[in-house]
Amino acid sequence: MANSAERKRQAASRAVQIGFLLSLLILWYAATTFWGVNRLLLPNPVDVWQQFLDVLKSGNYLPDLRVTATEFVVAFLLSTTTGTVIGYFVSRSRFWTRVFEPLFAGIFSIPIILFLPLYVLFFGLGLESKIALGTTISFFPIVLATIAGFSNVDRTLITAARSMGASNWHLFRYVLLPAALPVILGGLRIGFTICLLSILGSETIASLAGLGHHIVELAEDMEMPRMFAYIVFVVLMVAVLNAAVSYLEARGRRRG
Amino acid sequence: MSATPSTSVRTAAARPREGGEPALNSRRRGNERSAAAARRFLLRHPGIVRLGVVILIMIAWEIAARWFMDPLFIAPPSRVFTSLGSVLGTAGIPAALRLTFFELAVAFVIAVTLGLVIGLAIGLQPFARRSLMPIVLLVYGLPQITILPLFILLFGIGAASKIAFGVTHGVFPIVITVVAGVQNIKPILLTSARSMGASRWQVLRWVIFPHMIPSFFAGMRLGMSGVLLGVLLAELYVSTAGIGYFTQMFTENFDPTKLFGLITMLAAMAIALNEIVRRAEIHFSRWR
Repeated sequence: MANSAERKRQAASRAVQIGFLLSLLILWYAATTFWGVNRLLLPNPVDVWQQFLDVLKSGNYLPDLRVTATEFVVAFLLSTTTGTVIGYFVSRSRFWTRVFEPLFAGIFSIPIILFLPLYVLFFGLGLESKIALGTTISFFPIVLATIAGFSNVDRTLITAARSMGASNWHLFRYVLLPAALPVILGGLRIGFTICLLSILGSETIASLAGLGHHIVELAEDMEMPRMFAYIVFVVLMVAVLNAAVSYLEARGRRRG
Repeated sequence: MSATPSTSVRTAAARPREGGEPALNSRRRGNERSAAAARRFLLRHPGIVRLGVVILIMIAWEIAARWFMDPLFIAPPSRVFTSLGSVLGTAGIPAALRLTFFELAVAFVIAVTLGLVIGLAIGLQPFARRSLMPIVLLVYGLPQITILPLFILLFGIGAASKIAFGVTHGVFPIVITVVAGVQNIKPILLTSARSMGASRWQVLRWVIFPHMIPSFFAGMRLGMSGVLLGVLLAELYVSTAGIGYFTQMFTENFDPTKLFGLITMLAAMAIALNEIVRRAEIHFSRWR
């Protein structure tokens, strides 16, 4: 009885969501086709869809995608290794945790994108400045989560493992790591997202190649349908990557 | 924690080696004692050690920038701090800082108002919350930076596009926390208020508002960092009079001293704004 009412309510919510998105799409189509909204501001959705298919088929997103992917992979690997290693060693001593944790948290609260001009001046317009900025920005959530994860492990667990004769490695592998993993994975997920966003952002602001740069180029050439198609492409890519990372995080939590 | 046992081990190991003249011995022991006292003092005051770490980094940066790096690309901190006055004296910079501050303030006010209204509209009705929250979360998860060129096309390269971009970055965290705050009110409070004959407005004023204040201020803090991010991104992307114009000019003229100085000032502004909102959050959630 309650179950069917619940299901009916869920169906109604779903209908409202789909209706909302559909009406947006219809509004977009009507505005560009019948009401004469300037095509330079808002291209026709049909044109965008054709351009999107063309972008996918022709594969000319590949060079830019390769640049962005390289920057992202290098930056994320760098920040993950430095963040977890530094975080682990800081978390081993309560004193150094109290020294460094507020420092990292304080820097993390500044919008680090501010330093982009410094990075561009120092590393140039190429890949290096994006990698450096992405690494810096994603380092902080990772190191903070690692410190929080390792320093909040239950003391009784450590004492119990020690008294049963666990070696340092065993203590790390079977007590510290499983207890800290969920928190660290949360930090890695945040780091993943803001690393990707900051790299796309710095490509948009100052760069020579990459997906963000390509969108700006199309905007400057006033090729609106193609630009929208690229935006759709990047948005879908980020959404798929985020979903994949959330899935991996949930799996890691279960195993940890 | 780990530092204390190693100290005791070291002093114990040092003691047997001591010998010879008693005067020297006692003096050395006195030194040792004061060193141990200093260590204990530092252990109790991690803030001082933190300051020391920052100063060490500054000194390393100073040495690197003065003697090892190309002065075209990096400036030593001493020169940056002494140049702050001349940066402020550069024609147009005070106006640019004022403009950026104005954009931040307007964007923040709009984001808070919009966020509160939308959050209440969505949060107060279970059906609206269930149907519309997934859409809000979906839009919030989109990489907004990709549509920055669109904002410039729509709103021009002046202050309007920065404000609009700041608002879209700041409004979503506020909506989400307001909805969460409304959702967390115990239903029994609403029911009892209504059974005592409270009108719709009275319920809003005396039950809902007080209970959502902590989450509302938490949302304002997140909204402030969103607004900062949005406005600064748009400023750096293209700007005719704001700070983005000057960062680009200093970069192109290879003037790292002024660039570092300007960015230091902006970082100070960002820290101050964050701190104001954080203090307000602590202040207003005290009543609980």
